Amino acid sequence: MSDAENPSNPTPDEQTDFEPVQVFDDETEMDLRPGADNCYKCTSCDTSCPVAEVDDDFPGPKFQGPEQWRLKRKGDEDIDDSIMSCSNCMRCDNACPSSVPLSQMHNTARGEYVDEQMDKLSREYIRNRILSNYRIMAEIGSKVPRLTNFALNNSVVQKVNEKVLGITSERDFPEFAQQTFREWWHERGGARVSSEEKKIAYFHGCYSNYNTPEVAKALVRVFEVFGYEIAVPRQRCSGTPMFANGMLDDAERAAEVNVSEFSDLIDEGYDVIASCTSCSMSLRQEYPELFEFHGTAEVSAHTYEAMEYLRIHEDLEAEIENASVEEQSFAYHAPCHARNQGLEHQAVELFRELDGVNIEDVGDSCSGISGTYGWKDEKYDTSMKIGEEMFDHMEHAEGNVGMTECPTCSMQMEHGTGYDIKHPLQLLEEALV
Amino acid sequence: MPIREDVLVVGGGLAAATAALAARETGKSVRLVAHKKSTLRQASGLIDVLGYVDGDGPRANPYGAVADLPEDHPYGLVGEAGIREGLRIFDDAVGDAYAGGHTDANALVPTYGGTVKPTARYPESVAPGLASIDEDTLFVGFEGTTDFSAPVVAEHVVAAGVPFAARGVTVPFPKTFRDDARATRFAKALDEDEAADDGGGVRRALADAVAEHLTDEERVGFPAMLGDDRDAEVREELADRLGVSVFEVPTGPPSLLGLKLEDRLFAALDEAGVRLSTGNPAVGYEADGDRIEAVYVDRKGKNVPYHAEQFVLATGGLVGKGIGSDRERVTEPVFDCHVPHSEDRYEWSESEAFGGHAFARFGVVPDEELRPTAASGEPEFSNLRAAGGVVGGADVAREKSASGVSLATGAVAGGRAGEEA
Ligand SMILES: Cc1cc2nc3c(=O)[nH]c(=O)nc-3n(C[C@H](O)[C@H](O)[C@H](O)COP(=O)(O)OP(=O)(O)OC[C@H]3O[C@@H](n4cnc5c(N)ncnc54)[C@H](O)[C@@H]3O)c2cc1C
Ligand code: SF4
Ligand code: SF4
Repeated sequence: MSDAENPSNPTPDEQTDFEPVQVFDDETEMDLRPGADNCYKCTSCDTSCPVAEVDDDFPGPKFQGPEQWRLKRKGDEDIDDSIMSCSNCMRCDNACPSSVPLSQMHNTARGEYVDEQMDKLSREYIRNRILSNYRIMAEIGSKVPRLTNFALNNSVVQKVNEKVLGITSERDFPEFAQQTFREWWHERGGARVSSEEKKIAYFHGCYSNYNTPEVAKALVRVFEVFGYEIAVPRQRCSGTPMFANGMLDDAERAAEVNVSEFSDLIDEGYDVIASCTSCSMSLRQEYPELFEFHGTAEVSAHTYEAMEYLRIHEDLEAEIENASVEEQSFAYHAPCHARNQGLEHQAVELFRELDGVNIEDVGDSCSGISGTYGWKDEKYDTSMKIGEEMFDHMEHAEGNVGMTECPTCSMQMEHGTGYDIKHPLQLLEEALV
Repeated sequence: MPIREDVLVVGGGLAAATAALAARETGKSVRLVAHKKSTLRQASGLIDVLGYVDGDGPRANPYGAVADLPEDHPYGLVGEAGIREGLRIFDDAVGDAYAGGHTDANALVPTYGGTVKPTARYPESVAPGLASIDEDTLFVGFEGTTDFSAPVVAEHVVAAGVPFAARGVTVPFPKTFRDDARATRFAKALDEDEAADDGGGVRRALADAVAEHLTDEERVGFPAMLGDDRDAEVREELADRLGVSVFEVPTGPPSLLGLKLEDRLFAALDEAGVRLSTGNPAVGYEADGDRIEAVYVDRKGKNVPYHAEQFVLATGGLVGKGIGSDRERVTEPVFDCHVPHSEDRYEWSESEAFGGHAFARFGVVPDEELRPTAASGEPEFSNLRAAGGVVGGADVAREKSASGVSLATGAVAGGRAGEEA
């Protein structure tokens, strides 16, 4: 049922769980609950919301979370449709001094809005469903990458996408790789290092499988240098795009597979490593907030971002200080979801010590694309307005190669500046392998 | 090999930043571990050192007033030298962005509540508004920003006995926003000189709107939302168009001046080569006898040890969550240091809102090295020092000494930690 089950010959019946017109009947039991009472209205969350900063119609996280919840509890209020304008960047979470679980409230409200208030035949619903189930598109597209790359970026197709589906024609679709990471992994015969103590289970997510297998390969090579045995279990989308579009049922189905696969490996002594910061965020924070499968808590506690893991368990600093690479300069952008995990400084901090590298943080603004958000026709302008500050800083930075951990941030960085974008793991590979 | 530093500072506010900079000056490697954003975002952006002693003031010279404080006040431990050291580190970190360094005397700054407050350092945009400058003043507020009423501010400032005349007017902001628009939205519109409702730029439109009300005042004060990245440019343009000087009045939360100060401090930390780990809380420690070996940082369910030689605790007071309390007990949650308090909860506060509340002084009890002590008076750990709001003994809100206490204790605790590491 998953691409990951039989990677070299993926089964096309994937499509069975993609039914854009299905009406959800199973009610989500979630509630916008407790934390609402902890809000003391300091508005720190509002001042850190990148959408509220550029979109005058967006009432901001305080309204989306605690206030909306109070309103709802009093009367039979509907969820305000502005919830669909929240990009799920989760910056508000980090800003709240009172630990109000804002993004959890937003995710729940969005789920309820989509379930109960959205017309399942509407263009918006169908479009969101397609965008949030990117992996399925990717699954099909990557079978014939050349043709798909050509077709998707054909201007006629783009216009049709925009008119019929509301997917902006301003953006170029990310290219599919000629060979997926999983195909490569099986071709090379899986893990090349075996170890009793050092074992990681790699959550590669969709993007590095279908679009940037070089990132996933870099992870494999770097971890093997440090002597890790790597497992690449069956897996589905982390759910991030689904949360952001209120498709909680889709997310739940994907999460169930991931939790079951990865918690089995945790029992065998593996830790879970992700190369995408939204994926690690999802497994760490959103799963336990939203779902209650057996093993969810274990997966959350054992999930790490790749470089974070190496910094905790290896002397990565010493390795980097002794290494060198060819002269190069980077403009680094920390993804919002990396910030939320406390990872926003690590790449700059580490690579500053690497001989040959000049790396500059381009500031703390949001890139603005927020996954599927910036792909929506009606959100494209907001997305670019948010990104302006980052583009500007990138252009003023010394480097003209961008660097970030997040695949969609990297799309936005490339789109706004024309720069090539690297993942930190690729530079680690260059330095250490 | 785990994460290891010479000095580890726990906290992310003014005290932590100062301690980290002070430790870094000794040439040691320093990391700062902060959970949430600091209370600077809510704070006014003013750096108060000491304005009142036991309700008596405003004091013109903070150094002169230190002698009148109780002996166990943190200022008593760090002395005038500690306060000066804290301010030096601050001045170095913020550069031209703050004024006040030219004198030992307190400046008197009108605030958004209309009080006139004694403070040691103030943002440069606030400087033309000082109450000691004898210039008639027009305060301007915007319709829709509920917590700044220009007429009330003017009335209060006059009532405080300032040597000039003051008036307040409220004008519509020339670009219409939603009713509860945030200060950041106004700032951004001015930064970018966005189109006003009449089609022209907002800066010109705002100057025009204010000019209508300006009679013979020599300066105009706005709530502190005149731009963010390009604030100096915005103020200059308004001043040019109005032909008088323009200043900002520090606002309550969310405070752009506080946000900008936070940004500056973090930039200074970064420039100094302090390593930053933000977003996750410190939750416990590992010790060998009376020496702390590592602090545990909780990253969503998993404890990661951060090793160091020396540690500084700068987690803030009751607001910053460095001091916790429930109905029974007042605690310091990371190292469980001793926090003296009455058994009887009803003695924690006075009935008078602005009385000398016991809770205001809650905090760890430092020795002369700023090491938190146990009930016995002995240091809890040999390599742990404390700074800022987590330190007890000061009633910072009443004394108007919050930032000063953070700077002075941060400088001393961080400096000593660096020297010993
Ligand atoms: C509303 C308001 C207005 C103010 N106005 C003024 C003013 O006008 N003038 C003035 O001089 N001062 C003012 N202050 C005070 C000043 O801004 C600082 O709050 C004060 O100096 C205390 O600083 P601090 O660094 O000790 O603590 P805080 O600023 O409270 O910072 C504590 C930091 O520690 C972090 N932390 C807490 N627990 C942990 C943990 N377990 N692990 C990791 N990190 C942790 C917090 O996330 C936070 O970043 C004001 C404060 C507030 C709240
Ligand atoms: S998640 Fe991001 S976009 Fe949504 S309300 Fe919070 S800060 Fe704003
Ligand atoms: S930051 Fe937290 S406490 Fe402040 S307004 Fe937002 S939700 Fe409420």
